[in-house]
Amino acid sequence: MAENKGIISMINGPVIRGRNMRAFRMREMVMVGKDRLIGEVISIDGDKATIQVYEETEGLKIGEEIISTGRPLSLRLGPGIIGSIFDGIERPLDAINRMSPGYLPKGIGLISIDEEKEWEVSLLVSTGQKLGPGQVFGQVQETGSVMHRLMVPPGISGTVVSVVPDGRYDLNQVLVVLRDDNGREVPLKMMQEWPVRTPRPVMKRKPIDRPLITGQRILDMFFPIAKGGTAAIPGGFGTGKTMTQHQLAKWSDADIIVYVGCGERGNEMTEVLEDFPALIDPRTKRSLMERTVLIANTSNMPVAAREASIYTGITLAEYYRDMGYHVAIMADSTSRWAEALREISGRLEEMPAEEGYPAYLPTRLAEFYERAGMVETLNGQEGSVTIIGAVSPPGGDFSEPVTQNTKRFVGAFLALDRRLAHARHFPAINWLSSYSGYMDRLADWYKENAASDVVDLRAQALRLLHEETKLLEIVKLVGEDVLPDDQRLILEIARLLKNGFMSQNAYHSEDTYVPLSKQYLMLKTISHLYSRAYKAVRKGIPISRIRDDKLFDRILRMKYTIPNDDLSGFDGINREIDRFYDELDAVYA
Amino acid sequence: MRNEYLRLDRIEGPFVVLSEVSDAAYDEIVELYADNGQSGRKGRVVLLDEDKAVVQVFGSTTGLSSINTSVRFTGKPLTIPLSKEILGRTFNGIGEAIDGGGAVYSPSRGDINGRPVNPVARQYPRNFIQTGISSIDLLLTLIRGQKLPIFSGNGLPHNELAVQIVRQARIASEEGSDFAIVFAAMGVRHDEADFFIRSFEESGVLERVVMYINLADDPIVERITTPRCALTAAEYLAFEHGMHILVILTDMTSYCEALREISASREEVPSRKGYPGYLYSDLASLYERAGMMKGRKGSITQIPILTMPNDDITHPVPDLTGYITEGQIVLSRDIYQNNIYPPVDVLPSLSRLMKDGIGKGYTREDHPDLANQIFSTYSRVREVRDLAQVIGEDSLSDTDARYLEFGRQFEERLIKQGFNENRDITQTLDLGWHLLSIMPQEELDRISPEIYRKYGRK
Repeated sequence: MAENKGIISMINGPVIRGRNMRAFRMREMVMVGKDRLIGEVISIDGDKATIQVYEETEGLKIGEEIISTGRPLSLRLGPGIIGSIFDGIERPLDAINRMSPGYLPKGIGLISIDEEKEWEVSLLVSTGQKLGPGQVFGQVQETGSVMHRLMVPPGISGTVVSVVPDGRYDLNQVLVVLRDDNGREVPLKMMQEWPVRTPRPVMKRKPIDRPLITGQRILDMFFPIAKGGTAAIPGGFGTGKTMTQHQLAKWSDADIIVYVGCGERGNEMTEVLEDFPALIDPRTKRSLMERTVLIANTSNMPVAAREASIYTGITLAEYYRDMGYHVAIMADSTSRWAEALREISGRLEEMPAEEGYPAYLPTRLAEFYERAGMVETLNGQEGSVTIIGAVSPPGGDFSEPVTQNTKRFVGAFLALDRRLAHARHFPAINWLSSYSGYMDRLADWYKENAASDVVDLRAQALRLLHEETKLLEIVKLVGEDVLPDDQRLILEIARLLKNGFMSQNAYHSEDTYVPLSKQYLMLKTISHLYSRAYKAVRKGIPISRIRDDKLFDRILRMKYTIPNDDLSGFDGINREIDRFYDELDAVYA
Repeated sequence: MRNEYLRLDRIEGPFVVLSEVSDAAYDEIVELYADNGQSGRKGRVVLLDEDKAVVQVFGSTTGLSSINTSVRFTGKPLTIPLSKEILGRTFNGIGEAIDGGGAVYSPSRGDINGRPVNPVARQYPRNFIQTGISSIDLLLTLIRGQKLPIFSGNGLPHNELAVQIVRQARIASEEGSDFAIVFAAMGVRHDEADFFIRSFEESGVLERVVMYINLADDPIVERITTPRCALTAAEYLAFEHGMHILVILTDMTSYCEALREISASREEVPSRKGYPGYLYSDLASLYERAGMMKGRKGSITQIPILTMPNDDITHPVPDLTGYITEGQIVLSRDIYQNNIYPPVDVLPSLSRLMKDGIGKGYTREDHPDLANQIFSTYSRVREVRDLAQVIGEDSLSDTDARYLEFGRQFEERLIKQGFNENRDITQTLDLGWHLLSIMPQEELDRISPEIYRKYGRK
C-alpha cells in the first residue's frame, strides 16, 4: 500500500482537519506537520478527516502533510513498564528528560518503552509444543517484585518450530517462532502491541469474591472495594482525593499499581516519584516503585493526550492482569478526562448535552469502568483489574453530570465531605453518603479471613453513626445535656468511632497502614466498651460516671499506642474496660 | 512568498478575518498597520481554515476598515525580550515598555506560552517561607515554589495582605541568593495598581520588581497575555539566573472574565456560567508555571489573587483555581467585619505543601501536631457557636464554654495582627500553645503524648 498523505486544511487548537484523507481509517494514529506531531483520526467526512493532536499545535501551517501509520493508537507492551513514568500515550518521560532536560520539547515523536535494553529471559517452551493465545512462553524478572510473563498475543496460536536458549536479549529479538494452522510462521518477541481503545480478551469473567485490602479502616471495614470491582471518590478541592488515591496506591494489596495522573498537578507526580521508591511494600518488603507504573498528563500538558491517558492506563493494567496479577488502577481525576472530551467535542461543534458535555459521556464512562473485573485469563490464570476513579465535581456539587453518571457504573462510592476536611478529619469520607455495593458478596470472605462477627460489628457501628446524626439534629436545638443517658452514650461512642477509628493519620508511621486484624480488634474493642457501658446505663448509673476520661482516652489513642505487629495490647484495654465497669457495677449494686 | 495582505474580509469585535492567506502558522503573531497612521497593532492567529485566517487583535480594532489595513505575518509566536535589565521596569500586557524607559533590547527572547515542565524534571518544594503572619505560618505554611492563591471578595484587604507578604517574606533565606518580584495586574483599577507600586517603593524593593500592567480600561485581549508575559519573565529570572521569584497575579477573576468575553465572541460552546470549557486547562497553563526544577537553583512562588463574585467559593473561577493550586488562603467578610486583619478564615483555607515543609528540620517538631489540633479545636468552636446562638452561652457545658473562649482568643490574638507586625515562627508557635492551654487536655486528641509533655501547658 502506498504511503497515505493528507494535507492540513484547518487548525483550531488541538483539533485539525485534513483533506485528501480517503484512505485514512477511523481511530488511526497519524503524524502531523513537519514536527511529526502525534494525532488520531476522530471523524471522516468524504475526503476530509478530523484529527485530534496530542501535542501543541502552535506553529503548524495549512498545507503541511498528514502521514498515515496504518494502525490505531496502540501501546508497546513488554518488560520496562513497571517503575517508569509515561505521558498520556506511553512516551517515557524520564527518557524525554534525558534528551531535553527541563521543559517538554515539541515534536517528541513516537517513542515508547526502551527496545534496546537487554533483559535476562528464561524460555519455558520447547519445539513441537502447541501454544494458544495468552499462553506463557517465557519470563523476565522485570523488577524485584514483578515477574514479567511473556505471553503469546491474543489471536495467535501454533506449534513451536524454534526457541532461543535462555539468555540476555533486547525487545526486538525473536525468541520463539510458531507455525500456525495455515503453515505460516509467526515470530514472537518480548514485545507486543495492543490498541488502547480495545479491551484485551479474557477467557471469562468470574464473580467478585474478595476485597482489595487497603489498610485504611473506613474502607476495609465499612466500605470495602472488591478486587475486580470499581470505586469512585468524588470530592471538592481540598477534601483529600489525591491524598486518598495516594494512600490506596501505596498500601493496597494489589500486585501491580497503575497510577494515572490525569490533568492534575505536576508536583503531585513529582511527590509520587520521590516518595514511592523509598516506601516499602508491607507484603513483598520491597520498594513500592517496583510494582508501580505512572502515567502523567499534568494539567498543563496537551489536552488531547489527557483523553488518551485513561485508556493507556487501563490497557497496561489489562496486560499485567493477563499474566495472572491483581492490578489496581487509580485515575486521578476522571473529571479532567471528561473535560478533555468536552473540549474536543466543543471544537468539533457537536451538539452539547448537560453542562456542555457531549451526549456520549455516559457511554464512554461505562466503557471505561466495565474494563474492570475479576477474570480467568486466556492462559487459565486468575487475574483482576480494580478501577478507582477520583471525580472532581465543580463546586463540590455531586449533582453534576460526571459524578452522577459515574455513580451509575461503579460499585463503591466514597463521597468526600468538605465539612470533615475543614475539621481535618481524614480520610474525609462521609459515612452517611458513601456506600459499597460489594459488602454482600464479600461477607463470606470477611467471615473466613477476618472474624465471624465482623459483619455484625460493622452493622452495629454504622447503625450507631446513623443514630448519632439524628441525635445531633436535636443537640443543635437544645444542647447535649437534656438528652437521656442512653442517647448521650451513643454520641460518645460515635465520637470514638469517628476520632478513634475512622479518622486515620496518613503521616503517622503506625497509622498510615493498618492490617485487617488490628482494624477488627479496634472495632471489637469499641463495641465491647459500648456493650458494657450500655448495661451500666440500663442500671441507671449516670453517664458522667460511665464516661471515664482516662478509659475513653486510652481507647481513642489505641491506633497509635498499639503497634501493628504486636496486637497483645488489646487484651489489656479490654481487661481495663471490664475492670472499670465491674467496679462501677459494684458501687451501684 | 507573500506575507503582507491588504484586504480584510471581516472585522468583528477583536477579530479580523483574512482570506487567500498562505503559509500562516497557528498561533503566530501578525502586525496590522492602518492608513491613519496608528501603527504597531499586533494580533495573533487563532484559527486557520483553508486559505482563511482568523486573527485576534491586541488593543482595539477601532479605525480598521476592510481596505485601509495592511497585515504582515511575522512567522513567530508572541515573544518578549529577556534580560536582567527588565528588573525595575514596567510593561504592558504584550511586553512593551510603558514606563518611558525605552524598549529593552536583548538577543534572548522568550515565547510567552512557555513549555510544560516535564514532571520528571520538577523538584518537590519543601522549603518553608516565613511570612511573619501567624495565621499563614502556623496553619497555611507557604513553601518556596508553591502556588498559593488568596480567595477574596470585593472590598476585603487582599491587596494589603499580598503587600505584607511581599514585604515580610524571606523568600531567599540562604546567604547570597537573589530574589525578585514579578507583578502582573489584570483588569485592576488604577488606584489598586498605584497601591502596589507605592508599597513596593516604600519597602525599597522597586528595583527588584518587574511589572506587567493591564488596567481595567486597557484592551481585554492583552489581559490574556499579561500573566503569560509575567511568568515568562519569572521563568527566565528563576531558571536562567537562579533567582527566587515571587509572582503576584491579580485579579484572576478579571482574567477569566476576559477569557469568557473572547470565547463568547468566537461563539464557542459555553460550559458553567458561560465560561469556556477549557477554562481549567487555561488556568492550569498559568498556575503550573510555578515550582522548582532539578539541577536549577531558582524557584517560582505564585500568589494569585482572585475576588470571588458574591463571595461564592463554588463560582467557577475560585473552584477551578482551587483544583489546580496547592491550597488557598480564604478571606472572610464575617471576620473582617469583626475588625480582624488579616481576615483569614482558616477552616476552608489550606496549604497542600505544608505537610512536607514543616516539623523537625524545617520549622519545629511540634508544628504539625499543633497545627492539626488548632484546626480541629477551631472547627469545634464553630459548632459550639451555632449551639450557643440557640440555647444561649449560659447553658453551655463547661467544656463548650472553654471552646468559645478559645475561639475568641484565637481570633483576637493569633489571627489578628497589625499590617506592620512581623512575628517569627517561634513566637507564632508559642502563641499557639499558649492558646491551647485554655482547653482541658482530654480535648487535645491530635497531639501525641511526647509532644504534649515537651510543649504543652507550661
